[in-house]
Amino acid sequence: MIPETAEHAIDARDLTRRFGSFVAVDHITFDVRTGEVFGFLGANGAGKTTAIKMLVGLLAPSDGEAKVAGFDIHTQRDQIRRSIGYMSQRFSLYADLTVRENFTLYGGIYGLTDAQIRERTTTLLDTLNLASSGDELVGRLPLGWKQKLAFSVALLHEPKIVFLDEPTGGVDPITRRQFWELIYAAAARGTTVFVTTHYMDEAEYCDRISIMVDGRIAALGTPAELKERFGADSVDDVFVRLARGAKKGEAA
Amino acid sequence: MNINALRAFVIKEFHHILRDRQTLTILLLMPLVQVVLFGFALRSDVRDIRLAVVDPMPDHATMDLRARFVGSARFRIVEVFKTPDAIEPLFRRGSADVALVFEPGFANDLESTEPAHLLVAIDASDPNTGTTYLNYTRAVIQAYQSELNARSNQVRIATQTRMRFNPTLESVNLFVPGLIALVLVLVSALMTAISLSREKERGTMEVLLVSPLRPQQIIVGKVLPYLVLAFANVLTALLAAWAIFHVPFRGSIALLLSESILYTLVSLALGVLVAARTSSQRAAMLTALLATMLPSALLSGMIFPVASMPGWLQPVTNIVPAKWFIVIARGIMLKGVGLAILWRETLILSAMALLLLAAAMRSFKPRLD
Repeated sequence: MIPETAEHAIDARDLTRRFGSFVAVDHITFDVRTGEVFGFLGANGAGKTTAIKMLVGLLAPSDGEAKVAGFDIHTQRDQIRRSIGYMSQRFSLYADLTVRENFTLYGGIYGLTDAQIRERTTTLLDTLNLASSGDELVGRLPLGWKQKLAFSVALLHEPKIVFLDEPTGGVDPITRRQFWELIYAAAARGTTVFVTTHYMDEAEYCDRISIMVDGRIAALGTPAELKERFGADSVDDVFVRLARGAKKGEAA
Repeated sequence: MNINALRAFVIKEFHHILRDRQTLTILLLMPLVQVVLFGFALRSDVRDIRLAVVDPMPDHATMDLRARFVGSARFRIVEVFKTPDAIEPLFRRGSADVALVFEPGFANDLESTEPAHLLVAIDASDPNTGTTYLNYTRAVIQAYQSELNARSNQVRIATQTRMRFNPTLESVNLFVPGLIALVLVLVSALMTAISLSREKERGTMEVLLVSPLRPQQIIVGKVLPYLVLAFANVLTALLAAWAIFHVPFRGSIALLLSESILYTLVSLALGVLVAARTSSQRAAMLTALLATMLPSALLSGMIFPVASMPGWLQPVTNIVPAKWFIVIARGIMLKGVGLAILWRETLILSAMALLLLAAAMRSFKPRLD
């Protein structure tokens, strides 16, 4: 029985996903509070992406329950879709469309009016200092800009929760820093941010983090709590200690 | 369905198509190029047949018949000999296609009750072409003989045979409907399969599936722009066929265009099915080529008549949509018939469209399980 979770953006209970005999996600239970930046950490192959795919409705859970934005992932997927934004691990904008056309497409898909799309596009482009690049093809932009754009597109319809699956992969440190400023700005506006990463320095920026090892959540708390609990100097140390006991580790 | 979402999606698809100039150019020019290439290269009727004549004792009748061959516009006399010995080397060199050998006193024989003997030798190294040569030759001789018979009685030329060739039925007329079928399946099935699997491969499909867009909307959005493109292709192919090869158009254009849309829907659904079952663009492309292009070209009756295929293969052709479309298109264009005759083929295509579209929708899962 899942308790009413008005204050929780995400509530997962024993969420499990098996692929044949392989258990990718093994009975994970956690909650994400509304408005927080929640870091979902783990080595490659630890099950992060599988978990996120179940939460956004791309993958059916083998077992367990979860509520996203107060809606059941088994029965209320349509409501969930309207309440969330999603930036997948792979670059999700269309390279052969211009910046503005990408905004128009996703705005249209999420049911924004033409006026809303115009207004938000202008605002977002100003925020990103990309106002002059609105009519450029996305494929011609540098990777860092693309990632920031993809993030903005995921926020275009002002979702309650935004899921970011390794948004800063392959991006230089300065752009990563800028990206996190965007994440903070979104959180400040009340958007819950669920972000996966394997950059441990980024974990320090999160309100709370969970560390996944072998499909299970091995630790969950604020960065300070975890460092204290494990007697470590950094989240990186915590992570290494937990991951050392992993069976799969970096295998995948 | 959210119309605005669909509209946004369709606009995006048009952008994809219009931005990729090279592919678009190829797609738009393909019907033109194919009609021209097939029209000129793949015709089974032949022109400019090189005729060698052996006329040991030229008289008014032999000159008359020779003139008929030249006048038929298909034959060109390359050489005239006195004895048949010269023919063999000529054939060996490949400098003649047909030889016409008269006997001395051909005119006398024609006027007597005896049959006038005429030997027709054909270069039949390519049996199909050889048969065609023979048929043209017989047509000229028979026309000549019938004309003589109209004036006097009992004229007989010993080569008389029954004509199987219908002189008005040009092969290009038969190819054009098949070409339309081929171009449509190429644009529709192949391009939809590629475009859908590209979204899967690049990861944009995930984002679409997470959005409120329904899978049906994604499919409709993908299919609609290619329907427009395919329609443009049909018009190009018809225009090229009419302007370059003077292919007749006897039936209703509206009916043909409607049937083309129906057939395009079948092809599009095939493309979606292929994309749903394959995981990469390359696999989708190869599967689409194998599953749609080859059967459409080889098993549809476009090039090889179904009736001349082995018995076990003939029923297989029934599942090739192009076969039915070609029957329909030939019926409308060449015979000028309408739905009263073609309702059965139309019904089969409609059933295929419904079945495949349903299967495509089903196979295209909102969740990637």
